[in-house]
Amino acid sequence: MNEYTYPILFGVIFGLLTRLYMLRTDYRQYPTYLHGKIIHVALGFIAAGLGTVAVPSIMEQEFTAITFLTLAASQFREVRNMERNTLTELDQYELVTRGNTYIEGIAVAFESRNYLVIFTSFVATFAYLVWNIWAGILAGIIALLISKKLMAGGRLKDIVDIEFVEPRFEGAGLYVDNIYIMNIGLPARQKEILKYGMGFVLKPKNFNVRSTIANLGQRQAILHDVSTALGVYRDSGTPALVPLAKRDLDDGRVGIFVLPQEKDVEKAIAIIGQVPTLENAIRMPTESKANKKGRRLE
Amino acid sequence: MNLEKYILAVITTNPSKVSGNTAIFTCETKEEMEYVAGNLEAILDGIAHGLGDDLYVIVKH
Repeated sequence: MNEYTYPILFGVIFGLLTRLYMLRTDYRQYPTYLHGKIIHVALGFIAAGLGTVAVPSIMEQEFTAITFLTLAASQFREVRNMERNTLTELDQYELVTRGNTYIEGIAVAFESRNYLVIFTSFVATFAYLVWNIWAGILAGIIALLISKKLMAGGRLKDIVDIEFVEPRFEGAGLYVDNIYIMNIGLPARQKEILKYGMGFVLKPKNFNVRSTIANLGQRQAILHDVSTALGVYRDSGTPALVPLAKRDLDDGRVGIFVLPQEKDVEKAIAIIGQVPTLENAIRMPTESKANKKGRRLE
Repeated sequence: MNLEKYILAVITTNPSKVSGNTAIFTCETKEEMEYVAGNLEAILDGIAHGLGDDLYVIVKH
């Protein structure tokens, strides 16, 4: 036991609590119970330890000790690889795949959460050592709130208007509103699709959003989330029953066609609204220099 | 080369419309054509696309 024992213990516990707070198993059932969680809690513990011991080492003027944080960086890059590999492997057995963009988003989130844990532990331990335990708790909570703010991404409902449209057939062509989805020949299959299918139109709220929802990964994420939350009328060997999202080339609207097991319009709209805007899909064409002068793109 | 889409079979009631070296199934009636197309769709894991009232193609996606 020495003067640093309690601060270090405090920092590690605070970091671990942060990781637990950011670790949610929700409708995506990811991370899985129980082993998936254990992996992330264990890595969170390591991250908390690294963030915490950085403070005493600086105070003892052991500046070279800070270099082990680089170890942390490479360690948590591994976390990203691990998440990516696991999810990509599993994706081929999903009835409606997540898509690589979504997977990459999840992997990045898992990596960055560990850095947020390091940050929280560091701040909490620092405040404890400089002032007292109460200052440590306060600093930790503030860091936790900042982490939460940094972690929360945008939702689809912030950038698009979602409207329910009954899908229809024109000849063999399946349409959602005026957006062509696919060609289904067999009348029996058409009946199934009209019985179970639901159509939605996502209307972009501005010019930037057009490019964001045009991203194939973003569209696949929507299909995956809806199919996860409402079930999917599909099986292997029925390629005709496939949820699809197509784009209206004229105005950038996206037509979503899904085959949920539970046909509930309000729930479906809520679920689509909750789909995260994938950070890899976000585009900001209006931020380009060319767009700063002259006619503005809306 | 990796083909993403490929016509696996053609089912028609009007054989004068199709030719070539793919599997062509000629049917007498529209019902028979739908029956054959439905079965082939399941067997081949493809989608039966309609190219008119008398012509279906099974495409692997």
